[in-house]
Amino acid sequence: MTSPASTDSVPPQLSAGPRPAPGPAADEGLARRLRALACTAPLHDLDVRKANLAGEYTVYGMAEVALAAIDLVTLNMDFDTGADHDQIVARLIPRIAAQAPQRPVAEHERVARWVLENLINVGSVDRGFRAVYGTFAPDGSYVRRDYDFKLIEEVPGYGGTVYLRTTDEAVNVLVGALDTDVTSAQIAAEVKLEVLISRGRLADAQLAAEQARYRTVQYSETLRRALDATRRNVRAVDWLQAVPDMIAEALDHVADRYRHENAILTNIRKARDESEDPEQKRRAAELVDIVKDCIRRHTQLQSRLLEAGPLFRAEQDRQAFATPMTTSGIDLYGHLVAPVLPLPVAQARRVTDAFFARGTGLRTPVAVRVGDLVELLLTPPLEREHLGAEMPEPDLIATPDDSRFSEEQLASAMELLDLPADAPRRLSGLLAEARRRDPELPYLVALLAVHAASPPVGTAYRQGEEKLLFAVDDGVELDDPEFGGADLIVGMALLDAAGMAADRS
Amino acid sequence: MTEQHVEWSEPDAVAAPANAPVTPADAADAARLVAFGLQPKLQPARDQEYAELLRRYREDPAFARLADAVAAGLGLVVLEVSPRAGMAVTAAEDSVFAVRMGDYARRTSADSADRFLHGLAHLAVAAMAFPRPEDLADDGYIGRVSVNGVDAFVRQACRRLEERAEEQGENTDPATEAPGLEAAWRIWARRSSTGATKDARRLSGSTTGIIGKAVAFLTDSGFLQRTGDDSGGTYRTTARYQLQVRDMAGSAAMAELLELGVVPVTDGTPTLLPAEHTDDLELVADAGLPFHS
Repeated sequence: MTSPASTDSVPPQLSAGPRPAPGPAADEGLARRLRALACTAPLHDLDVRKANLAGEYTVYGMAEVALAAIDLVTLNMDFDTGADHDQIVARLIPRIAAQAPQRPVAEHERVARWVLENLINVGSVDRGFRAVYGTFAPDGSYVRRDYDFKLIEEVPGYGGTVYLRTTDEAVNVLVGALDTDVTSAQIAAEVKLEVLISRGRLADAQLAAEQARYRTVQYSETLRRALDATRRNVRAVDWLQAVPDMIAEALDHVADRYRHENAILTNIRKARDESEDPEQKRRAAELVDIVKDCIRRHTQLQSRLLEAGPLFRAEQDRQAFATPMTTSGIDLYGHLVAPVLPLPVAQARRVTDAFFARGTGLRTPVAVRVGDLVELLLTPPLEREHLGAEMPEPDLIATPDDSRFSEEQLASAMELLDLPADAPRRLSGLLAEARRRDPELPYLVALLAVHAASPPVGTAYRQGEEKLLFAVDDGVELDDPEFGGADLIVGMALLDAAGMAADRS
Repeated sequence: MTEQHVEWSEPDAVAAPANAPVTPADAADAARLVAFGLQPKLQPARDQEYAELLRRYREDPAFARLADAVAAGLGLVVLEVSPRAGMAVTAAEDSVFAVRMGDYARRTSADSADRFLHGLAHLAVAAMAFPRPEDLADDGYIGRVSVNGVDAFVRQACRRLEERAEEQGENTDPATEAPGLEAAWRIWARRSSTGATKDARRLSGSTTGIIGKAVAFLTDSGFLQRTGDDSGGTYRTTARYQLQVRDMAGSAAMAELLELGVVPVTDGTPTLLPAEHTDDLELVADAGLPFHS
């Protein structure tokens, strides 16, 4: 997508007849759309170029994978860092696997990495894309311009790690028409969401909630940048009005959204719990997750906002109230960096070259003697120790088996409690039988029976168990020499494993 | 700076040696002092012979002239001779000791954008190490820089220029056929700040890679000392770096800028970026850290 258009032939319709709306003002809309169009080019390009890959990759929908990747990075982007590279690859694989289930997993991973690397555009030194488009200059001449953009960019994280972030351009490609006021767009999305939920149209509601989350992410990203700038330079940002206004607005926004989303959450939970339709239930459950995530992000945003004020005051103390020193000299930023940056690069380079030439100090030239060289070349290379130091054999100490009950006792108790589904038994009877087998066994049986009073239904459901031990108290008191309490009815419930499996999928 | 020895020396005390003829042993000592100066990481306090020669330079004008002459003959400029900076010498423009951009980074000879980025990285490191004119003038000042901090600060300056251009309704996309006319800040803004590599090293073409190279090089020149690994590596400045920037690089770059017809506005009057040039850089030590810490 970086190939420039040929420049020698001017399209005939531009030279013949009345030219439509010359000048930068009329061209601006066109330029904007051309840029938006350019942002989608890398995605189309993936599907075009997949044929050139070694191997049979035409079965994969690369643009689809790419959009999914941008989705994933956007959703996994945090306030401070970005998304983890390997995590994104791992989450992409199920979708890729679904496109070609018979192919090996290694190939799926290769596709994921290929798509991600191409979205970053690893091959170019800028790690970005360039599109060429033309506009009319104020004097009516036709100018070709370079539009440089990135879709996914790599940012430094803690300890030298590299995280991924989606750029504004990518979010625009992804969600579309996001070139609007973030706040109003968010309100619109949430009003829509509420209406959809109240009408029970959860499929649409989920879409709206996801859009709302994209906007939330975008909002915090905008804010993060503003706060970052504030932090580096107290006076560069208008702390008299603009920033306090912005913080107040953002805090209002957070409070408002928080109320709003909690209300939505209550509504969806109701929808989830009352709905009979399993599909509806599942969607509602997903919506709960999404809205919960929105709330989490708002809370994060809020804590950052609250830190902004004290931070400003601390920096103000440090930067503005220090005793001034009267001195003259070069102000490196004001006199050099700031004036150089807006210059054309050909001129700016002369200044930076001059600084480099005088600012790097000296290097003593290396003089080589032939005698040394021969010796150096004939010295055998040092054996590199690849494996490191030898690991000492770990001295393992057998931990004493301090279990209260042995394996045999457990097996015996389980056998005792493996009751037929249609014949529950009293705990007293079970205890008596256990006592005949082993004087310790009643304690284990009693313990298991008490546990069964609150059977792990959720676990059994997830693991697809076929039966489940349960215990019920019907008010009869236990008459036993060693134990007191209720004489529980212990029974075995049969579960519909197949039905549950179908439900889960 | 080279005349400082006069202040410290007592004319009577050195009268006798000043008149004595220069012996080959004196020349050897003078050359030896210059040789010490050529090892910028060597600290006078750590080497008794070095300290002794420095003392002699300051107390014996004839010896000082001899050492200056040796340095000049080798193509070196003496910046300062003092216990704190040692024999601070630097390469004159066409000396064999001068660092050439082409040797420094291979790509720079072919790629003018890369050449600019490497140069700007050095300028930005200096600007962040000495954020205010006072810091550059104050001999006791020790600046602190971090790799990520320098990148963040240049990027912010670029972002402000971008915002300003957008406010004015300009189409900031550069014309295709004229790469030399592209605004300098766009080159930096366009380059990715970091990138994943196969061997977990810093991507050399990224801006943090370029800054990392610059600070590593300056550390080898005895201009910076590494203090930690946070924010891509943190460093503090040495007296030599301050001298180099103040007496050599800053003025050379200023002269070049004036030749281009750009007259930077001095303190007190409204500058291109009002009230920013001093305060923008205050947070040097941890500017690259995440916001909340």
